[in-house]
Amino acid sequence: MFRNRDVIRILDFDREELDELFNETDEMLKYRRRKINILDGKVMALAFFEPSTRTRLSFQTAMIRLGGDVIGFSEVSTTSIAKGETFADTVRMLDSYADIIVIRHRVEGAAQFAAEIAESPVINAGDGTRHHPTQAMIDLYTIRRSFESIDGLSIGVLGDLKYGRAATSFIYGVSKYRLKKLFLISPPLLRARREVLEHLRTQGVRYEETNKLEDVISDLDVLYVTRIQKERFPDPAEYEKVRGSYRITISILKDARDNLIILHPLPRVDEIANEVDNTKHAKYFEQASYGVPLRMALLKLILAGE
Amino acid sequence: MVGEKELIVRKIERGTVIDHIPAGYALHVLKLLGITGKEGIRIAIVMNVESKKLGKKDIVKVENIELSEDTVNRIALIAPTATINIIRDYKVVLKRKVKIPKRIEGLLTCINPRCITNQPREPVMPRFRVIERNPLRIVCEYCETIMEHEEIIRQLIGE
Repeated sequence: MFRNRDVIRILDFDREELDELFNETDEMLKYRRRKINILDGKVMALAFFEPSTRTRLSFQTAMIRLGGDVIGFSEVSTTSIAKGETFADTVRMLDSYADIIVIRHRVEGAAQFAAEIAESPVINAGDGTRHHPTQAMIDLYTIRRSFESIDGLSIGVLGDLKYGRAATSFIYGVSKYRLKKLFLISPPLLRARREVLEHLRTQGVRYEETNKLEDVISDLDVLYVTRIQKERFPDPAEYEKVRGSYRITISILKDARDNLIILHPLPRVDEIANEVDNTKHAKYFEQASYGVPLRMALLKLILAGE
Repeated sequence: MVGEKELIVRKIERGTVIDHIPAGYALHVLKLLGITGKEGIRIAIVMNVESKKLGKKDIVKVENIELSEDTVNRIALIAPTATINIIRDYKVVLKRKVKIPKRIEGLLTCINPRCITNQPREPVMPRFRVIERNPLRIVCEYCETIMEHEEIIRQLIGE
């Protein structure tokens, strides 16, 4: 089901496929510190037109552990793109070198376009504000490890739901499950985009938009936190006004359920206070640790799957 | 309905009648056809008349012009309910409904400046999927931005 497939949107995968991926990820946890040579001779191209540390390095680590090789670039200034080469030509070149291409680009729809050009499978490692499917896979996997089922949970997504691709992909990801309720928590300026809300409605997801975390915190099983960037606000004073109300602290967690888990795609700046790290709610470091095994599972299924 | 229509507008000998235009959109259709009224051809515009199908509708009659396939496709995007009647010798020789395709390629550009289809020199044709037919709403197949009917019309008639 995964063999030679592009990974552009989390929405392109159904629950069965995600289960297959998650089961494979369980398997890959064994190889966190070891190498298995199942992708010997395969080459992965990392085309990062936009900065990234953990996504890029975890893809790279995943491929190395699987016995494959990695080529690529992590900034455009050292490439022919700086000379004016088109994205399309860059993709064609990488396609001729590599068995799989991982792309991050600030332009929206870049990965989709690359997938139409390239014969090798393309993985979207983030396109502008739109999608970050492998992050959503990691997020869902983390929830699955904490709860028996994602069905029936109440999930809150907090932060920049308008421009945040991780938050958007997470919302798309959880829309595949029969949630008790989805709470979209953000300042009015950063509400989820129209196409995202329309998707939730057509999927019949029960959701509620709210500005106030404190009103819903006691209802949540999962709280997914993302950063609110200052530069999104036309008026910096407006940002200063709202930032405090979206910060996760011990005091805001006093009303939380015992089994609440807090996720964050990382990197965080100050949206989760350090004091929260030592609570049982904090799952974000565990979540980050699944980045490599999940990407190993994905690469294995795409390049050596049934 | 035909009888009433003829009370207002005479039959034409040769040309095209675009019927069942959603009420209020006849002027947009004319603009799309590039007709300003200064061409010297006879044109009839009927607006907001009763229609069994639509409640109210507009009609455009244009003498001596038969529409190309491409133009018909564009009319569909403005007036998805329209029917095109080709008239010769005062008779309807061809009657067809406009059809909105499932996908629209090339006719429109995405409104999102950060979309790959708006990047200079990239060899990529804008492509949209129709999500609603009446009123028409489409979504970019690359960046997933939704475009509403008014925006589509704005682009088609170049305003």
